[in-house]
Amino acid sequence: MSEIDISMTINGQKVEGKADPRTLLIHFLREDQLLTGPHIGCDTTHCGACTVDMDGLSVKSCTVFVGQANGKDILTIEGMAEADGTLHALQTAFSDNHGLQCGFCTPGMITRAYRLLQENPDPTEEEIRYGISGNLCRCTGYQNIVKAIQVAAKELSSVKEAAE
Amino acid sequence: MIPGSFEYHRPSSLDDAVGLMSSLGEDALLVAGGHSLIPMMKLRMAAPEHLIDLQDVQSLKSISIDGGKVALGAMVTQAELIASEELCAICPLLKEASLQIADPQIRNLGTIGGNVANGDPGNDMPAVMQTLGATYMLTGPDGEREVAAKDFYEAAYFTAREDNEILTAICFDAPAKGHGSAYLKQKRKIGDYATAAAAVVLEISGGNCTAASIGLTNVGDTPLLAEEASAILVGSSLDDDTVKKAMEAARAITDPASDGRGPKEFRTHIAGIMVQRAIALAQSRAK
Ligand SMILES: Cc1cc2nc3c(=O)[nH]c(=O)nc-3n(C[C@H](O)[C@H](O)[C@H](O)COP(=O)(O)OP(=O)(O)OC[C@H]3O[C@@H](n4cnc5c(N)ncnc54)[C@H](O)[C@@H]3O)c2cc1C
Ligand code: FES
Ligand code: FES
Repeated sequence: MSEIDISMTINGQKVEGKADPRTLLIHFLREDQLLTGPHIGCDTTHCGACTVDMDGLSVKSCTVFVGQANGKDILTIEGMAEADGTLHALQTAFSDNHGLQCGFCTPGMITRAYRLLQENPDPTEEEIRYGISGNLCRCTGYQNIVKAIQVAAKELSSVKEAAE
Repeated sequence: MIPGSFEYHRPSSLDDAVGLMSSLGEDALLVAGGHSLIPMMKLRMAAPEHLIDLQDVQSLKSISIDGGKVALGAMVTQAELIASEELCAICPLLKEASLQIADPQIRNLGTIGGNVANGDPGNDMPAVMQTLGATYMLTGPDGEREVAAKDFYEAAYFTAREDNEILTAICFDAPAKGHGSAYLKQKRKIGDYATAAAAVVLEISGGNCTAASIGLTNVGDTPLLAEEASAILVGSSLDDDTVKKAMEAARAITDPASDGRGPKEFRTHIAGIMVQRAIALAQSRAK
């Protein structure tokens, strides 16, 4: 089968290449772009470890063909920190609040929480739990993940207020 | 799991998509959100040689509401349905059902057209569309035709759609002002298909039910429109005895499989409970 041209923006950088159409976005990111932050947990669209941001929407990259992502703007966990290495408020909050144990689910959790806080900057605990219901964690029992997202939400809104 | 090889096409108009469907024949499949199809391709239960991606066909992406007439473009996502305040105001049933489908990521890509065209008895929207009396618009090489949602489903994964037809829109009249509706779904966890689910739309006047429509999800080979159960309700005050009779009439048309969601008898039992609770909830919401 013929390869197709690939052109998309990943973490702010324009990426061009070629790929077999059956390549899944998660494989393109991990194996072609060497962005191994997004993980493959289930490969069946259940766990959310492969979550990335695509044109401002959280999606499971194990269930998107690379061609479907052509022309889109992709953000992975690698694009979350600032250029000088300053961590995003969510990354700091997960670290400070023990929002992870083995860390396998964390890139997907943070990428999803990032978009959730854009959609709803001041979520209730219930809205957080519902908002991350597509992301599974086998270690933490979610308690500290929810707490970390609450702390990050506060931090992000106080930074925003200070700027205004 | 890597799906089989295929050629990827991304037409930018409905005409081009229809043209590709006719020239590529039965080796081609449409992909909308891909969230039913790609899992099937990974399992090699689907192995198309050509995939026609509809994402650039702008004419399939609109929600149009005109004096109570609703037309949902096939490529409208579940997330967009949930976000449409105008749609929710006249037909809250769609938002309530959409929020019970899968999870936020999946709803961002999964489309209403893919959900109703798929033909999987586990999909939630087909029974909802039957309950609303919806019509599906299909476009093929010979032009456009309409099929009622209640006549569309023939067996699991078999529908009235021809291989070369594209489902372009779903049309229905918004239920009467003051109606009450509910979609109740029992599932084991978020992201699971229904053990059993029921959609109910009721109109009530002077304490009596004047119109009723009930649909059932995942308790048969196809979605089910519970016409007898609905007829039992009409003219009653929705008293306990009448509701019990309707529950039994709904149970009588189910034929679920025994699977991880429970034995057949249990799923039939739950179908009745979902009908009973959805009637009560719809009644409480009717004005
Ligand atoms: C983990 C998980 C849980 C899920 N849980 C639920 C659930 O609880 N309830 C539920 O309803 N769904 C559920 N789904 C399915 C999800 O809602 C799908 O998105 C939906 O069924 C199909 O929509 P799609 O746009 O992704 O279609 P696709 O996967 O792109 O297409 C599905 C089928 O329809 C055909 N098709 C698509 N668009 C058209 C069109 N316009 N005209 C003709 N044919 C077309 C395709 O060729 C394909 O055969 C779940 C999916 C996953 C992965
Ligand atoms: S790897 Fe994509 S959802 Fe689990
Ligand atoms: S920290 Fe181990 S899976 Fe979440």
